[in-house]
Amino acid sequence: MTQLQGSFQIISNPSVLGYLLKGLVFTLIISAVAVLIGIAFGSLLALLRNYCISPQNKILGTLASVYIEVFRNTPLLLWIFVALVLIPVPPVFKKKLFGLTSVETGLLFKGAVALILFTSSIIAEIVRGGLNAIPKGQFEAAHSQGFGTVQTMRLIILPQAFRHIVPTLLSQVITTIKDSSYLANIAVIELMARTRQVLSAAYQYNGTGQVNVSDVFVLFGFAFAIYFIINFALSLVVRRIRKNSHG
Amino acid sequence: MSGLFSAASWETVWKYRSTFLLGFGNTLLTAALGILLALALGAVFGLMAAGDKPVLRAVARVYVEFIQNTPVLLQLCFIYYALAFSGHSIGIIPTGIIALGIYHGAYMSEVFRAGIEAVPKGQFEAARSQGFTYFEEMWYIILPQTIKIILPPMVNQIVNLMKNTSCLYLIGGSDLISLTYSFVTGATTGGAYAPAYLVCGALFFLMCYPLSRLAGSWEKQLKRREAMTAAVRTK
Repeated sequence: MTQLQGSFQIISNPSVLGYLLKGLVFTLIISAVAVLIGIAFGSLLALLRNYCISPQNKILGTLASVYIEVFRNTPLLLWIFVALVLIPVPPVFKKKLFGLTSVETGLLFKGAVALILFTSSIIAEIVRGGLNAIPKGQFEAAHSQGFGTVQTMRLIILPQAFRHIVPTLLSQVITTIKDSSYLANIAVIELMARTRQVLSAAYQYNGTGQVNVSDVFVLFGFAFAIYFIINFALSLVVRRIRKNSHG
Repeated sequence: MSGLFSAASWETVWKYRSTFLLGFGNTLLTAALGILLALALGAVFGLMAAGDKPVLRAVARVYVEFIQNTPVLLQLCFIYYALAFSGHSIGIIPTGIIALGIYHGAYMSEVFRAGIEAVPKGQFEAARSQGFTYFEEMWYIILPQTIKIILPPMVNQIVNLMKNTSCLYLIGGSDLISLTYSFVTGATTGGAYAPAYLVCGALFFLMCYPLSRLAGSWEKQLKRREAMTAAVRTK
């Protein structure tokens, strides 16, 4: 049997395939959660940074600015490492969950928190871009109609801002799916880490008793294909939306 | 977070400052050479993508789409393991330079393409009609006009590349992040989490923040100028 056939045998082994695809599910769920919470927290940060400029609440605006700049100018991996020692794990994540050991669920929680904090800072700047694109007249019109600040933001400004930034937010989903691979540095949970894990155990499955270079190509090729199909499909959607909004 | 106010932890960090400086140096080296490779690849593939040869355009398209839609960590590990298991290991830092150069080269390529496509078509035709060769045309006519559009996103890519040097940790690198982590978990040095991460984060921030600010202010200037010319045109 050739080495290459052995490599394909790894992928066609149902338990290996299931293991990898479960990693994909983790990748997708972690990314979706990070983006959704990131949109909420990021919007708050953007509003604070943009509109808390009067002397009495300037401190909030400054804090939001510092948060955004610090997270945007340092690597995600630093925050993952910081989360390892700084973030306490709630009891819910201290037991066996989703087929992970209790240690792994703890690491999953910490890694996810780091990814959420990091993604929020990027989304905050995206939302700010949307807010800045809204003409000043919208604020004046809303105020003249008797809307309060919160109402103006919630009913007039944010809906328009979000319509502007839908494509950019979708490309952020792609970035977050890619960024989630950084969790491979601390735990074997998502697709990237599991691909590596399978490679290190490849000699058990490929029938040759050792890890061959063809295993690298087949296993990583499989992971490349999965990431590519998902992200490329998303990027096509982004392009379609951009084209429609221009034409 | 342990050790933020403990003098002993700060002393350990100071005692092992050469570790942090070594990591910082490795990160800077990886980033600098990675940026050069990314710029070279970006220029070549950007020109191919903006040109009119269908085959070259297709090649550039495939490169950009494949690289941009897969994680850099996966690309780095793939290159590293493919070389290692075929007996051609070239070392961790060279592998990192190549992987980061290829990854950010794809983004640079898009920056170049967009920059070239922003120049009005008449400029290309005028240059051609004046007898400029392709490279003269690009260098003397197109690049000076588009450099202001290209620079802000290019600098942003440089910042991203610097941050992505942290990828090296997974293949056992000796960059700033990796050495910081082995410092805080080391048997003799362990425990000084807060000071070590603070120093590491501060070094990254000092590298990246000035560049981000620069790119941001250039972008703002550019937008203001665009708005002004748009206003003049509509009058």
